[in-house]
Amino acid sequence: MRGDQINLQNIIARSASMAPSPQERSGGVEKVAKLIDVSKCIGCKACQVACSEWNDLRDDVGECYGVYTNPMDLSPNTFQLMRFNEYEDEQGNLEWLIRKDNCMHCAEPGCLKACPAPGAIVQYANGIVDFNEEHCIGCGYCVAGCPFNIPRISKKDAKAYKCTLCSDRVYHGLEPACAKTCPTGAIMFGTKEDMLEQGAMRTDYLKDRGYKNAGIYDPAGVGGTHVIYVLQHADKPEIYNNLPSDPRISPLTEAWKGVTKPLMSAVIGLSALAGFFHYAIKGPKEEPEDDPDPEKADADRALDEKSPTQALQDADEEGRE
Amino acid sequence: MTLQVTRRQFFKLGAAGMATSSMAMMGFAPDAAQASIRHFKLTGAKITRNICTYCSVGCGMLLYSRGDGSINSTDDIYHVEGDPDHPVSRGSLCPKGAGVLDFIKSESRLSHPEVREPGSSEWKRISWDDALDRIARHMKDDRDANFETHDENGNLVNRWLSTGFLAASATTNETAYLTHKIVRNLGILSFDNQARV
Repeated sequence: MRGDQINLQNIIARSASMAPSPQERSGGVEKVAKLIDVSKCIGCKACQVACSEWNDLRDDVGECYGVYTNPMDLSPNTFQLMRFNEYEDEQGNLEWLIRKDNCMHCAEPGCLKACPAPGAIVQYANGIVDFNEEHCIGCGYCVAGCPFNIPRISKKDAKAYKCTLCSDRVYHGLEPACAKTCPTGAIMFGTKEDMLEQGAMRTDYLKDRGYKNAGIYDPAGVGGTHVIYVLQHADKPEIYNNLPSDPRISPLTEAWKGVTKPLMSAVIGLSALAGFFHYAIKGPKEEPEDDPDPEKADADRALDEKSPTQALQDADEEGRE
Repeated sequence: MTLQVTRRQFFKLGAAGMATSSMAMMGFAPDAAQASIRHFKLTGAKITRNICTYCSVGCGMLLYSRGDGSINSTDDIYHVEGDPDHPVSRGSLCPKGAGVLDFIKSESRLSHPEVREPGSSEWKRISWDDALDRIARHMKDDRDANFETHDENGNLVNRWLSTGFLAASATTNETAYLTHKIVRNLGILSFDNQARV
C-alpha cells in the first residue's frame, strides 16, 4: 500500500507542492496528541523497544558512555530515544530528568516547509507529520529546517527517517506503539483536547506536590505540537537535555521558503516573458556589421555552421597538409 | 541516426532545459498529489493470547502470526504486543516483554529437548517422547528409592526430598494451581518458579 493513494482529504499539507488536496468535509477527524509526562517516567525504555519492534528497526549495539542514554543519539534506526539527565536544583537536590526525545509533530512543521521534494513530507488532518521516503531525495533540508534536531539521513539509502507517530497504527484506530507499551502511563495518547486536559490535571497535581513551575510544553512558536510534555520545571525546558524554550523555524528557512521562493519564481517568470517579448519585438540578435576583425568573424561563423564531425574531419585534413 | 547539433544549438537546448526544470522546481508545474500511509502490518494476522515468559507479574500478550492455521501453512510469529484485555497489564509491556519477538526468534533459544548423558560433555538432541519418558523414569526410580513416610522421630511426613521442581513463569492461575497440585501430591518440597530465580 506504500505509495498508494489514501483518502486525500486526510492530507492537509505536503512539501514543495502547491497542489491542494480535496478538502470538502468539515469535522470527523480530531487532532491527536501524545502526552509525555516526564514526572511519571521511570526510564525503562519499553517505548524504545516497542518502537523498534513495530517499525522493524534494529540499531547497532552501541557503546556505554557512562550514562543510561542508549544509543547515544537518534539515527535512521532509532526513531526515539530516552535522554537521561541528572539535574541539581538550587537546594542541591538531585533530580533525574528523563525525556523521551522524538519527533514533536509540529502544527507548523519546519521540515515540511524546508523540503524541496514534492510529497516527501506530508501532514495529515489528524496532525501527524510523516516522511514518505519514496519521494525523499536525501538533501537533508529537513534536518536544517527542524527546530528539534530530529530527522536523520540514512547512510544506507540516503533518505530521511524519523518517528511517524505510528501513522499506520493511528490510521487504523490504534495508539502508537510507545504509548501502548508504557507500563507507568507516562506516555498517553488521545485527542489533543483530551491530552491537554490530562496534562492540566497532572500539572495541578505536580504543583500540589511542590513543583511550582510545573506545566505543559506545547510551544506556540511552531503552532503547537502533537507531542506534548508535562514538565516539572516548565520554566526552564533547557534542563531537559536542551529542549528549546521557544522553538521556531529558522529565519533562514522561513525567508528562503517563505518570501524568496515565490518572489524568485515571479522573477524567473517575468524574465522569461520579457525575453519572449524582446524576441518578438526586436527579433534575434545579429552580429554587428562593424566587426573589428571581419575575416576572423567570418571564419568563426563558417566553423559554427559546420557540423562537429565535419569540423573534426576538416581539422584532420588540415593537420595532414 | 546521429543527431547533428551545432554548438549554438547545444547551448540553446541546455538553456531551455535548465529554464524549464527550474520553473518546475519553483512550483509552476506541481506534481500530482502524492501521499502514502504506511502499510498496516497486522491486517489478517492470527492473534494468539499468551502470558509473558519473563517474570512473575504475568503480563498478557498478543502474539500476531502469519498464516491462518490452514493445513498448508506454517504459522510464524512476527509481532508481539500487550493484551489490552489482560487485567494485570492492560496492554502495557516492559522493555523485556515489548522485545520478546527477538527472544522468540533468537538463534540461541532452545527449541527442542536435549540430554547430556552421565559422564558426557556433549548435549544430544532427543525427541519430546524420549525426553518425557526419561524424566518419568528418573522420577519414578528416585521416588521409589528416596520417598520418606516418617522422619527420624517417627512423625508422618510423606516427603520426597531428593528431587526439585522448577516451574515456568508463563502460567495462568489455573496452570499454577495444577502444577502445585501435581508437585505437592508427589511429595516434592523443593519447588520454585523460574521468575524468582
